[in-house]
Amino acid sequence: MGDVRLMKGNEVIAEAAIRCGCDGYFGYPITPQSEIMETLMIRRPQEETGMVVLQAESEVAAINMVYGGASCGKKVMTSSSSPGISLKAEGITYLAGAELPALIVNIVRGGPGLGTIQPAQSDYFQAVKGGGHGDYKLIVLAPASVQEMNDFVDLSFKLAFKYLNPAMILSDGVIGQMMEKVELSDFKPRWTAEEIKKISGSWATIGKTADRERNISTSLDLDSAKQEIFNHKLQAKYRAMEENEVRFEKIACDDAEYLFVAYGSSARICQKAVEQAREKGIKVGLLRPITLFPYPTKAIQEMLKDVKGILSVEMSAGQMVEDVRLAVNGKVPVEHFGRYGGIIPTPEEVVEALEQKILGK
Amino acid sequence: MTEEIIIAGFGGQGVLSMGKILAYSGIMQNQEVSWMPSYGPEMRGGTANVTVILSDDRISSPVLKKFDTAIILNQQSMDKFVDEVKPGGTLLYDPNGITHHPERKDINIYRIPGAALAAELGNPQTFNMIIMGGFLKVKPIVLLENVKKGLEKSLPERHHKLIPLNIEAIQKGSDSVETVHTI
Repeated sequence: MGDVRLMKGNEVIAEAAIRCGCDGYFGYPITPQSEIMETLMIRRPQEETGMVVLQAESEVAAINMVYGGASCGKKVMTSSSSPGISLKAEGITYLAGAELPALIVNIVRGGPGLGTIQPAQSDYFQAVKGGGHGDYKLIVLAPASVQEMNDFVDLSFKLAFKYLNPAMILSDGVIGQMMEKVELSDFKPRWTAEEIKKISGSWATIGKTADRERNISTSLDLDSAKQEIFNHKLQAKYRAMEENEVRFEKIACDDAEYLFVAYGSSARICQKAVEQAREKGIKVGLLRPITLFPYPTKAIQEMLKDVKGILSVEMSAGQMVEDVRLAVNGKVPVEHFGRYGGIIPTPEEVVEALEQKILGK
Repeated sequence: MTEEIIIAGFGGQGVLSMGKILAYSGIMQNQEVSWMPSYGPEMRGGTANVTVILSDDRISSPVLKKFDTAIILNQQSMDKFVDEVKPGGTLLYDPNGITHHPERKDINIYRIPGAALAAELGNPQTFNMIIMGGFLKVKPIVLLENVKKGLEKSLPERHHKLIPLNIEAIQKGSDSVETVHTI
């Protein structure tokens, strides 16, 4: 076994970034994710791996520093919580439009507006459907444990560089603030200039050489015909992600007559609700989307031959439930249960909602 | 084995760090653990609580409504959690400052004069380890040697000289727990 520790989700994001060979973190503090930058500042990775850690003057500055670093083929990231992600939205769509790889971490808090510092999942639409302007998609990963906070940092960078697209880790104050046992990844060295040239030389702005045209990092093209062709290319990329990168987990689904669909911390709560409901004789399973984009649409559709009803559980007023309904397309009843404004539902409440909304008790 | 525990009291009593040491002790014996601090509206008003789960299997929800064991260190926490102990479960409390003592007959109730014993030891900061000792006496879910390893892991090295005092506090708590009611 490797390096096993008891750590907060937020601290693990920082440690995993250092260990996966991240070149730079640019951020601005906000609860409930400030431990990410705090941990990086305490760890001083610039002395160990050369990774830059910088507190920017604002969220907008931080995301544009990410744009700059990513343009040079570097592994760079930022993190924030909901209001800060809204500020970063312009930079995020520019990253998507310029086809730049980067990692954005959102430790979601309740909204709208400044809302609350307590956990929520009410940024699903923002993460999955847009947030910024234009037809773009982020690769969105939703960890449900502190271990996955570790694992998904490296995975996000891998996917971001594979598709030349920004990736987001969408978590919340539950996973960010809780401590669990985690086995940390082994250290990987940062890429050398030679490696960056090999991996990203075809697009990164790392100095023009005589054998090629200039690499330009931009999301602007005033020629509409070219812009449409570019959009076709982006859409093809998103379809490829849908084909290749869907990740999900099924728990107690083999004999399930009913189904919870939930991600992140809600999925953990639903896992307990599955245990409690089964003690009452209700055969319910859990489908946990791990990627929110691309969404496990087919996995839900494959469950429809067996299940009689689905309850989508999220700490929001009902956002992901729309994607569940699109997948189900009216074939079985789909209902939503959520607590929001910073309230975390209990497993008991989830079972009660299943009984009332799906079983009709 | 899965043990779902709530530890609740005032901020500053060492509630969160006791939970952390317990969780680390679980890791030392290869268990899965989770530590979820009060992180909601309930933390306003000076009370602190933490849900700690130790299990031989993968842990489902880190957020719970009902508990196998409640460790209660003030009246507000007693009011909030006395009815949330599962039937057949365990409630351990420090009577210091408690005005309404628990009366449930379907759970095991133990009492430990933690605040008084900490004063005797001459170090109020040993309070949480006295409580821990009482808990481990009635629910020996982690071995003392693993608690010691847990202390080593969770305390910064400059505080390692305090580990013997903490072990003494655990021993004292273990010797001093009183049975109020068992089922």
